[in-house]
This record gives sequence, C-alpha cells and structure tokens, in this order.
Amino acid sequence: MQPSSSIVSHAARIVTLNWLSVAAVATVTILLLLAVFGPMLAPFDPYATDLGHVLLPPSRTHWFGTDQLGRDVLSRVIVSARLDLFIAVCAVTASFAIGVSIGGLSGYLGGAFDLWTSRIAEMLQVFPLFVLAMALVAALGNDLRNVILATAIVNLPFYVRLARVEVGVLSSQLFVEAARVAGNGDGRIIARVLLPNVMPNLMIQLSVNLGWAILNAASLSFIGLGIRPPTAEWGIMVADGAAQAMAGNWWLVVFPGVALALAVFAFNLLGDALRDILDVRSR
Amino acid sequence: MLTFLVRRLLAAVPAICTLVVATFLIMRVLPGDPAAFFASGPVPTAEETAYVRQKLGLDRTVPEQLLIYVKDIARADLGMSFTTGRPVLTELRERLPASLELAVTALLLALAISIPLGVMAAIWRGSPVDHLARVVSSIGVSMPTFVTGLLLTYVFFLWLGLAPEPVDRIDMFTAPPPRLTGFLLIDSSLSGRWDALQSAAGRLVLPSITMAIFVLSPLTRMTRSSMLGVLSSDFVRTARAMGLSDVTVYIRYALRNALLPVLTTMGIVFSTMLGSNVLVERVFGWPGIGSFALNALLASDYAPVQGFVLLMGLLLVTVNLAIDIAYGLADPRARRGA
Repeated sequence: MQPSSSIVSHAARIVTLNWLSVAAVATVTILLLLAVFGPMLAPFDPYATDLGHVLLPPSRTHWFGTDQLGRDVLSRVIVSARLDLFIAVCAVTASFAIGVSIGGLSGYLGGAFDLWTSRIAEMLQVFPLFVLAMALVAALGNDLRNVILATAIVNLPFYVRLARVEVGVLSSQLFVEAARVAGNGDGRIIARVLLPNVMPNLMIQLSVNLGWAILNAASLSFIGLGIRPPTAEWGIMVADGAAQAMAGNWWLVVFPGVALALAVFAFNLLGDALRDILDVRSR
Repeated sequence: MLTFLVRRLLAAVPAICTLVVATFLIMRVLPGDPAAFFASGPVPTAEETAYVRQKLGLDRTVPEQLLIYVKDIARADLGMSFTTGRPVLTELRERLPASLELAVTALLLALAISIPLGVMAAIWRGSPVDHLARVVSSIGVSMPTFVTGLLLTYVFFLWLGLAPEPVDRIDMFTAPPPRLTGFLLIDSSLSGRWDALQSAAGRLVLPSITMAIFVLSPLTRMTRSSMLGVLSSDFVRTARAMGLSDVTVYIRYALRNALLPVLTTMGIVFSTMLGSNVLVERVFGWPGIGSFALNALLASDYAPVQGFVLLMGLLLVTVNLAIDIAYGLADPRARRGA
C-alpha cells in the first residue's frame, strides 16, 4: 500500500489531465445535491396541475415547459433525481454487500461452497439481464421495493464473480501467508488483508453499476413496471411524454430523457476515472 | 474436432435445465398467489381463486408442478395466452422472425461501425480518434434505448420527414410478401417484391440504429484493446520490418487475429440486445416477441411471459454455443480446454 498523500496527488494529477473525469465528478456531485435538496430547489410544486397552462413550450417561467396537465417539467425532472438515485443506491448497496460476502467467502474457502455459489451465480446469467429484471418484478409484484430487489438480484452475479476471482488470486499470495503466519485468524485476514486489496476493482464496478441500475429502473418504469404515474420519475416522464412528443411537444421527452442519459453517463465516466486512478497496473 | 463439438453440446445441457427450472421458479414459487392474481377482476371470489388454482395445477405440490411443467415443455406446449386466445408457441413462432430480423440488422450495423472505430483507436492510440471512440462509446452505452428511439423518431419522422411512421414492420398499404422465412427482407427478395423490400428496409433503419448505438461500447472497447495487444506482438513487428505496407499489416495480419476476442464479447452484446428488444419494440410498434410479452405482462397474462423468458434464455444459450463453436473452429487452441 502507498501512503495516502501520494494517492491523493496521483488522483489530482489524473483529474487535471482528463477533463472528462472532472465533468463526471461534477455531474455526480450535482446529482447528489439534487437528490438531497431537490424538493427545495424545484421552482414549482412538481405535482401541482394547472389546466390553464398545459403543454407550454420552454419559456422564462417554465424553463423546461409544462406537460399535458400543466405541471412544471423542470421541477419534475429535479425531483426525480432523488427517487432514481435512491433505487440505484439501495439496489447496488444490497448486491454489493451480499455479492462481495458470498464471492469473497467462496474465493477464500473454495470447495463445495464455492462450487454451489458459482452454479447459482451462473444460473442467474442464462437470461438477458433486462428480461430477468422484468420477469422478477412481474413475479414479485409491481412496486418500488420489488424494482430495487430485482435490480439487486440481477446485479448480484457480477459482484460474486469479481470478488471470488480477486480473493482467490490474492489468497495464494505471500503477504496473505505472512499475515496467517503472524497469527491472524480467518476473519481478520478477510477483513483487514484481503478486502482492502480487492476494493479498488469493486469500486469501479460499483460506479458503473450505479449508472446501470438507474437505467434499469427507468427502463422498467418506462414499460409500466415498478413506479407508476403520477410519480415524478425520468422513465415515466419519457413514457408519458412519448405520445405528446409525437404531436410536436418535444420538451416532454427531451428534458427527462437527457437528464436520465446524463446521470448514467456521469456514473460510467466516473467508473472510467476511478479505473485510471485506482488501477495500479495502468499507472 | 468432433469430441470438442460433442463436449461443448453436452455442456449446454445443464444450462437448459437451469432455464427450465428458473422460469418455473420465477413464475410459480415466488411470494404472491398467482391464482388470486390471474382470477378475473380486482377482487376475485374464493371459488374463482380455487378454480383458477386447480386449473393452473397450483393445488399440487411444487415438485409435481415442476414435473407437469417439464412434460408440457417436452411436448412443446407453452400454454395458452388469455389475451389472444391462441397457443403461446404459435404466437412466439410467428413473432420471433420480426425480433431476430431487427436484432441481427442492429448487430451487423454495430459491427460495421465499432470494428473500424476500434481499429483506428488502437492504431492512433492517444490521438483525437482514440478519444472520439471512447466518448462515442460511453455516450452510446449511457443513452437509454427508449430515449434514443424517441429522439430519432422525432427528428427523422416528425421533423425531417425522412423516416416512416414508427408502427409495424411494413407500410399499411404495401401487401406483405408471401411468408417463407418470416424475415421480411429475405421473403420479399426471394419473391421479387421490391416494393415490400423497400418498405420493410425503411422501417428497419431507425430501430436498428437505436439498438446498435447501445452496443457500440463493448464492441469498440474490445476491438481496441485486442488490436492493441496484437499490434505490440512480435509478428507484427516482423511484418513491418519486412517492409509490408501499413494496410497489409493492420488489416490482413493484425485485424484477423484481433477479431477473435471480439467474437467472445458477442455473447454479452447479444444478451444486451435481447433485453433492449422489449424497449425498442415498444417505441417503434414492432410486432416482435418483446412487445407481445410486454402486452401480456401488463394484462397479467402469465403463460406468454413465461414462454418469452424461456425462449430468451434458449436463444442466449444457443448464441453462446454458436460463438464457442465458431471460436473452436477459428482457434484450434480453444478446442483443448472446453
């Protein structure tokens, strides 16, 4: 391990070299701020209908225009950030925690446990991801909790596999042997020796996955699964606006759609940036 | 070679068993009472629920139910669709060509863009082309397919009037060609119906572009990294030292070797495409299996959904099998391990 100050300076150097990483970090920060303070920042009530002002194009009062019920599109786009990020963070945290524990253990223990967990992880991967998520939401019941659950289950195999391979490779290394010879127990070796070394690659996966989870949740609500109208959510707003957009009211699709794409893009770029910073081999 | 083929085919058996058991588990054993769900009306009576439960075989034990399900599949019986009143298998068989035609066109399109892009990014590493490839593929993978589809429709159909209306595979006023394979492009070419070919091809453009954009990223990245690996190998240095032209070195020698790893990513790419099929078909009113399953799902009609999930899994297993066999044919070293 390097002293942390050199990691910070290395990170700073990379960020200054690559403006895309700066943009990614900035966008993710803005998203997080919107998720926390969104309802306070929204200029209008995102659920207040105003039938006197329906389908107004973007203007100085309504920057993103209004929808078919006269609701302010900008306010709805802002408020959506919290819900979509909430789903993504919950789902990814769950699959990270469970997947890394299972994968780490099977990489460390090997044997029958490893065999069975690998089988089950493979089992989840015989289906296209989105199709599996769709089927799970349909089977579990059509609500927010099950969208989170389905997204978590679909992502699980990636963490199991990644943690298993990484821990498996590391376990046979000398410094792990040394830690064992020094009298550390299994639990301490896993928590103090193995996990910190596995973390960098898991972090990259985590960031990319957050973007994917947002995309997945929005796609599910776009086809009518999971979150329902009138909830303000990017996927639903695009689905709601699709018919209106074909009548020329483009702002109903463009703004929520671009917000969604930007959020996913930012997390993907952040994953790339983390890879540049954390992956020792690429230095 | 024969042993490789047999061994690889046998290895697909557990995957298929998994598919069958998993589709069964997803639809039957998870929490929630399907009978109450599928009985008519929002508040079904106790008799209705009991009747539906018996009709679906839900009053039996779980292993018994699984056995019935396996037998049904063995007889190619995927149940009936309540919404259309026809066997699920018939529905899927009729609609599969539409989905495959779209997916294959999109895949060819994605390959036609991403391979040259990846090769150029590798040859001029660190140049603007390399950065462009990285940005294009990152944007592509971040664009939700349904947003891309709607934006393309807005610009090219509504605004510029270049693309046809996003409904169905062929113009309403064009008679479809006689059904031979179900692939409209092939059928209309075979029967010499050039008007139908033109109409069908025109309707394929936007949905296949939409789908292709989404899978550019893995293909471009893989082409770039495997090309970089090949370019730094000894045989490329030797070829250069012998005075071969850049084009010969890059295209004839390097690219050929670099394409093999790209073949292995095709499994993931195809899986992504099958998933995004549902969304793209919804946006473009495409009469494929994705839109069929989605309509059934929203109408709480569960046999088509189960059949669809099973078919998707089978397609994926088949594609992975084909990729492995192709890999074995192209690279003799791969035959030993499998």
